[in-house]
Amino acid sequence: MLFALIALPFAAALALMLAPRAGRNLSAWTVGLAALAGLAILFVLAPAVFGGEVLRARAPWIEAIGLEFFIRIDGWAWLFAFLVLGIGALIVLYARWYLAPEDPPRRFFAYLALFMGAMLGITLAGNLLLLIVFWELTSISSFLLIGFWGRRHEARAGARMALAVTGGGGLALLAGVLVIGHIVGSYDLDLVLASGELIRSHPLYVPALVLVLLGAFAKSAQFPFHFWLPHAMAAPTPVSAYLHSATMVKAGVFLLARLHPALAGSTEWLLIVSAIGLSTLVLGAVAAVFQQDLKGLLAYSTISHLGLITLLFGLGSPLAVVAGVFHILNHATFKASLFMAAGIIDHETGTRDLRRLGGLYAAMPITGTLAIVASLAMAGVPLLNGFLSKEMFLAETLAFESWPSYQLAVPVLAVFAGICSVAYSARFVHETFFGPKGHPPKTPHEPPRLMRVPVEILVVLCLAVGILPNLVVADLLALGAGGVLQGPLPDYHLAIWHGFNWPLAMSAISLAGGLALYAILHRRGIARRIDLLSRGKIAFEGIVAALIGLAQRVTRTLETGRIQGYLLWLLAFILLVGASPFVDLAAPLSTKPAQPAGPMAVGLWLLIVAGALTVTVAYRRRLVAVIAMGIVGLGVSLVFALLSAPDLALTQLLVDMVTTVLLLMALRYLPAISPPEPERLARWRDGAIAVAAGLGTTAIVYMVLTRPHPSIAEYILATTMSEAGGANAVNTVIVDYRGFDTLGEITVFAIAGIVIYALLDRVRLTALTPFAAKGPAPHSLLLNLCAQLILPLAVAVSAYLFLRGHNAPGGGFIAGLVLAIALILQYIAAGSEWVDERLDHDWNRWIGAGLLAAAATGIGAFAFAHPFLTSSTPHVHLPLVGEIHLASAMGFDTGVYLVVFAACLLMLAMLGKVSRWEARD
Amino acid sequence: MTAAVLPWVLAMLGAAIFLALYRLVRGPGLPDRILALDTLYVVTTALLIALGIWLDSGVYFEAAMIIALLGFVGTVAFARYLERGDVVE
Repeated sequence: MLFALIALPFAAALALMLAPRAGRNLSAWTVGLAALAGLAILFVLAPAVFGGEVLRARAPWIEAIGLEFFIRIDGWAWLFAFLVLGIGALIVLYARWYLAPEDPPRRFFAYLALFMGAMLGITLAGNLLLLIVFWELTSISSFLLIGFWGRRHEARAGARMALAVTGGGGLALLAGVLVIGHIVGSYDLDLVLASGELIRSHPLYVPALVLVLLGAFAKSAQFPFHFWLPHAMAAPTPVSAYLHSATMVKAGVFLLARLHPALAGSTEWLLIVSAIGLSTLVLGAVAAVFQQDLKGLLAYSTISHLGLITLLFGLGSPLAVVAGVFHILNHATFKASLFMAAGIIDHETGTRDLRRLGGLYAAMPITGTLAIVASLAMAGVPLLNGFLSKEMFLAETLAFESWPSYQLAVPVLAVFAGICSVAYSARFVHETFFGPKGHPPKTPHEPPRLMRVPVEILVVLCLAVGILPNLVVADLLALGAGGVLQGPLPDYHLAIWHGFNWPLAMSAISLAGGLALYAILHRRGIARRIDLLSRGKIAFEGIVAALIGLAQRVTRTLETGRIQGYLLWLLAFILLVGASPFVDLAAPLSTKPAQPAGPMAVGLWLLIVAGALTVTVAYRRRLVAVIAMGIVGLGVSLVFALLSAPDLALTQLLVDMVTTVLLLMALRYLPAISPPEPERLARWRDGAIAVAAGLGTTAIVYMVLTRPHPSIAEYILATTMSEAGGANAVNTVIVDYRGFDTLGEITVFAIAGIVIYALLDRVRLTALTPFAAKGPAPHSLLLNLCAQLILPLAVAVSAYLFLRGHNAPGGGFIAGLVLAIALILQYIAAGSEWVDERLDHDWNRWIGAGLLAAAATGIGAFAFAHPFLTSSTPHVHLPLVGEIHLASAMGFDTGVYLVVFAACLLMLAMLGKVSRWEARD
Repeated sequence: MTAAVLPWVLAMLGAAIFLALYRLVRGPGLPDRILALDTLYVVTTALLIALGIWLDSGVYFEAAMIIALLGFVGTVAFARYLERGDVVE
């Protein structure tokens, strides 16, 4: 049942994604029912949780890193889950009426459900890593929801900023959680909560604390990360009400409360958390007075109230924790209703600008009354829920003991923030509903009946809690606070009247001062003239611009477009990092005597060295270099042949031939003589690195070859017949032992071919080097005849090499190359038009067919309950032909064959196409 | 008889390879180099066959066959390039 609780919202999101034509009603019902079902489950669980039980459900996930799908419900988790689902259900009802017909309802409600599930996950996670997973999910769903109206610039910018700030905080939190896990030895919440002493006395406590706090503060919009929240107001108002006032921004303070037993109680905690909370409380309250946007005012007020809660948790006494939990509940209630009221006003008048609103009470008396009551709760007026928790807060600021000046500053600033909060509440009410009539774009009237229901419910709750706290909320509060403290509750008493005392006096000062402040500001029109927007946005954008600039500078430095530069970095890096662990200067170069070099070996060595030197000397004359590379290719193939590696020799020969043709086709578009290297010094540096890399490679190869080591070769040679059903170990390695590897390689090859296609399809180049011969191509009869005679022979050779490849040198790769070269010859001899007329030259399709054949063979193994790419080898007896050896690897090899040959021809065809355009011109 | 001659054959083919290599490296003209590469392919074919006879092994013949069948494609491509500046028209 616990798993069902968390799975419900995600199931709703998935269902909506899969239902293409769900309208507003169906979408809203889907998510709403998920929330109601979740609430029902919570009620079923309630007796146990209220009885003090901690419910647990576990499922393994990634045990190796300590990640477990562990749902743990104690009082605090239950209370917060109740908040998430309860407000969620109301928001769904509200959003049903809020969304315009042209907004895609399916997407909106799916994101909303996704968020609901993620937020539930945070509250119920019993494993800190699991909590991080859901934490990131809330950041992402918040990003999607803020950017829901993606056509608007401010929606996109706000979404990006929110994601960057909360996502960055999430990274810090992850680091902090890893440190905690390192200290405790587990991410299990039960263990972490029980290890408070251990954590606080550990030398890594401060880094862990700071990292966790960074994450929590970024999420809960605490100074100096608060700037993202006002910009997140570009979201649809139900989102602002739900995510950005009632739940998601509370995730940070939720975490502060959750980890309270583990982290709180130290001087560092008190200092950092209370100071940040205090500054946020004051800054948010002051900024809220000077907003012109209804939602902006509410956003800064939210920041301020979050600061208040943070400050309470920072003070750290059990009573302060109770007050903090209480204020989380109260704030969620009145702020969500205020946001919804603001949304109604926006919806019905077409503006949220305080300067254009006014006198709305006559047009919408019911909404007005609701908003006024909620504003009074926000201001902390008696008989409303905000008053009770604010009173507790003020009492705590007085009870706080610290350095004298700080001890004095906390209550004074708290009263100052209270004055501001009364002032902005008064401004909200007065400038929206009273005063001269404004000039909104639409004629205001009451919203649809059902749209108001969620606001009514919440406002009634504000009143009920405010008037009858012991009846309505005392049990819930005790439950939540007990879960946070993980121990006995302090002695406290919920009541409206505690007698004449300091907190009451402070409340009175706040009320009177706030009203006076607003009166002055209003009379002089000051509040309307000043628009106090956070500097954070400018700083944030500056940082982002600087980062982009840095990235561009790095890119310009590294991405020069010169291959010499890339090779320089690559080789230098390999030399530095790749070689250092392997270079053991004390190790002998060889441990067994070298074999004598015969005259053949010396001769081949000389041949290859001469070829390589010629390429190096002649490298600027490109054509000479290509010819000289032919020597190296030939020499290497001969070496392979002499060392009894006929497969490799054949492959090397054929690859060399194809490469030569492709290089020649590309040479046309390059200068015949490459530009000289710029500097002498750079040339020496490049030369030194090249020589070092060559010598290093030689040394490694020499050392490997001259010491005895166990080789896998014996195993493969011994089992190639029995395991892979082929006598040619080279081929069975390719298609069987390392079949998966080969599948990857041909995929890369296919991608390379298709990328060339994409790059060259529309490219039109002109030859750089002028050539003498122009006019129609003179087709040599002799060459034509030769080519046509060779084609059937080559096809036969190709088929032969392919079919026997499993048992003797050959195979799909070699056979594919043979066929490709034979066809290339046709292109050269007869011209591409002639060939294309006679051949299906949609090479992309052939490549695809090859990949499919290879993959299908691999998947075929599943049918026989074997792992991917397991080969089987039935023998078939055919009349006349005799015994035929049909390895399933043959199907795989067919794929290799098709991909290789089609990709070669695709490259050729694309290079040819570029020049054909020129000839036609 | 064959066994007695073969080392000499191999040595002479080796010498031929180096003569072709000299022409390829020295040039002077591009046709000289291309022809030298073509000669290298031809001599290599012969060398592989001789080697196969000497070592009594069939695998060398296949490499020789591939070179014989397709080795001239490179030469054709070079020649086409020199003549027309374009390999496939």
